[in-house]
Amino acid sequence: MDLKDTPELAEYRASVRAWLDEHKAEAPTRRGREDLDSVAAHREWQGKLAEAGLAAVTWPAEYGGQGLGPLHQVVVNQEISRAGAPGLFDVISVGMLGPTLIAHGTEDQKQRHLGPMLAAEDVWCQLFSEPAAGSDLAGVQARAKRHDDGSWTVSGQKVWTTNAQHAAYGLLLVRTNADVPKHRGLTMFVLPMDAEGVSVRPLRQISGDAHFNEVFLDDVRLEAGSEVGPVDGGWGVAMATLMFERVAIGLGGEGFGWRADRFATALIEDEAGTRDREVRHRFGAIAAEFLALRFTSYRMLTTLQRGGVPGPEGALAKVTTVRAAIAAGELLVDVLGPGALEDEKAGRLVSDMPGIKSAGGTEEILRSMVGERVLGLPPEPRLDKGVPFAELRARERAAAAAA
Amino acid sequence: MNFGLTDEQELLKEAAHGALSRVKTVEAAREALDGSELPDLWPAAVEAGWPGLLMSEAGGGAGLDPLDAMLVFSELGRILASVPLLGHLPATLLVDAGADAADVEPLASGERRAAYVAAKPPSAIEEAWSTDPRSGLRRGPAPVIDGGRVTGEAAWVSDAPGADVLVVVGAEGRVAVVRAADAQVEPVAGYDATRSLGHVRFDGAPATELELPAGTAATAWYVAQTLLAAEAVGAIELALDTSVQYAKERFTFGRAIGSYQAVKHELVEILRRLENARSLMFYAGWAAQDEPAELPVAASAFRLVASEAYDHAARTQISVHGGIGATWEHDAPLYFRRAQLAKRLLGGTGDAADRVADELFAQARAAG
Repeated sequence: MDLKDTPELAEYRASVRAWLDEHKAEAPTRRGREDLDSVAAHREWQGKLAEAGLAAVTWPAEYGGQGLGPLHQVVVNQEISRAGAPGLFDVISVGMLGPTLIAHGTEDQKQRHLGPMLAAEDVWCQLFSEPAAGSDLAGVQARAKRHDDGSWTVSGQKVWTTNAQHAAYGLLLVRTNADVPKHRGLTMFVLPMDAEGVSVRPLRQISGDAHFNEVFLDDVRLEAGSEVGPVDGGWGVAMATLMFERVAIGLGGEGFGWRADRFATALIEDEAGTRDREVRHRFGAIAAEFLALRFTSYRMLTTLQRGGVPGPEGALAKVTTVRAAIAAGELLVDVLGPGALEDEKAGRLVSDMPGIKSAGGTEEILRSMVGERVLGLPPEPRLDKGVPFAELRARERAAAAAA
Repeated sequence: MNFGLTDEQELLKEAAHGALSRVKTVEAAREALDGSELPDLWPAAVEAGWPGLLMSEAGGGAGLDPLDAMLVFSELGRILASVPLLGHLPATLLVDAGADAADVEPLASGERRAAYVAAKPPSAIEEAWSTDPRSGLRRGPAPVIDGGRVTGEAAWVSDAPGADVLVVVGAEGRVAVVRAADAQVEPVAGYDATRSLGHVRFDGAPATELELPAGTAATAWYVAQTLLAAEAVGAIELALDTSVQYAKERFTFGRAIGSYQAVKHELVEILRRLENARSLMFYAGWAAQDEPAELPVAASAFRLVASEAYDHAARTQISVHGGIGATWEHDAPLYFRRAQLAKRLLGGTGDAADRVADELFAQARAAG
């Protein structure tokens, strides 16, 4: 049992550290990604990281990556954090959308898009979720119709879209066939965000900030060959993206800064509180969960290092993270008083958690998935199996009208 | 990065499983509640080499690490085995670090059995070493060791009945060895009949004080926490396996109960807590071996999460099984009884939570 690097990883770490020591002064500050100037600075910084080979560590070399393993990625993450430098601007693209293109895109799409994506010259966004398709993602209603020349017309609405306001392209999941069961009639596309008929509206949340957008698609024309993967085979492509997401979340456990030591630092501001029996017990329980998460990620890395693939039980780390962060926010405000709700750290944590609870899979969806795939429990009976999507929608509408 | 078990550790687990596989430990646990004698598993423990597990090879021990002991405890917990190692192993850590070879070897071989008379190290809000009280929240003062004599008492001492020697942690973290015959050990019938406990009293009992490196008495406390926690891990695994199996076989309203979210999600909650406990077992094992400054927080976090997880798992096992799960002939209540008693021993989960906070606040102050 140890935290030590192999000699090869140690050498890699030293080279990463040396580069960061030399260049970290060129990086923008970690905070303040909101205004356009700082967005530009963060994109430029990602370009530098990409040039130094520190952006797409695990991508194959032929597409601008380093062709290295997940542990090398972890080393880069750790060293960037240690240097106090910001990470990638467009994590979603490098971690999820790029790998999806690499796995399912045409050679032309890869050659055209991966380079600018990696350098953050083109920001991308993920257009999967809809107002009525979240947990049940295959219920996507945005639709595309194919024309005789192979081009498409797309209409519908997407939601929870990070970076849509900065994006040059979106990876878009839409329905191309409503006469087959819902998982079998979806197709993935590349959508140029400047196409006519695309509009982006910011979506403000509890904190008042807008981290997400709504994206409206109004008879948007897509050229032939915009499909990623087979027509009506979009569900498989989407599953690949979500698998990359799970790995990214698993490797970045403490990336949000939710750590036992940071919460302890916030709590010692109130000396009397640190001597209060109830505060100590509550904090002890919260801290123990954060510490467990750290070693869960070490166990996951050990599995990767030994050539294995982390199982779906990794989703439980997300459940624990959310539960512990909610409890930590509550405790901070209970100790520091109502003013803390307006505080940059504690207040934001309290405001953000109810939404984060549903992001990346609601707790209920994750529990069902783990129960079925890890524990082997029988699935919940489903009423949508084998039913053509159009008929399913008609049934849903009739049932809602009767209620 | 390496946080997985070695081949040797996998073997150790298998051997532990094999060593007691012929004894019907769970039935024995039920019969013991009705007054039957428990089978004596000490000879099996001796044959497996467990008494000297944590003692140095020079002292006749196996020189293994606390994580290895945790793996054995996890197997024992799974089958509710009653092996008096929770008292013995922390005691051997203390003796190994400070006693003459002649006193050490019989403990390593298992020829003689020791019991650890625990005292909890001080914290920011409790400045003295303290012992578990017979009842109530107010902890007792640790026994006083002075001039070759020990005076004082400790309650709920694991494996004290029948031990040959008592290794006592006293005020200021001083440590002494007392012959059991020179102390008064009052066996207590526990809620979990597989656990041997006693209230111990010393009235100026002759004692050999051990000269130990600073921190050794505290280490014994934290290692004891990890053993109790590890025992819970094995029991949770068993509770989860049997509950999942039952949820697949039992049907209501035309479907297996495990297909209902209410049941499925609660079973996943057992797994979630179990995974957290397993991760903290690695933390505690790593800290004990490589990073002793983190042992207090690692061991206490492990103890807290594992004991609470066991309580939850034992309750869920009963509720998933329905009414039958709460009856005398079912195994679930035996696991429940063990969870309830274990949760309150050695400071209980409350003190473990308090310690995690105490350590992290202290670290934050030191860093700030």
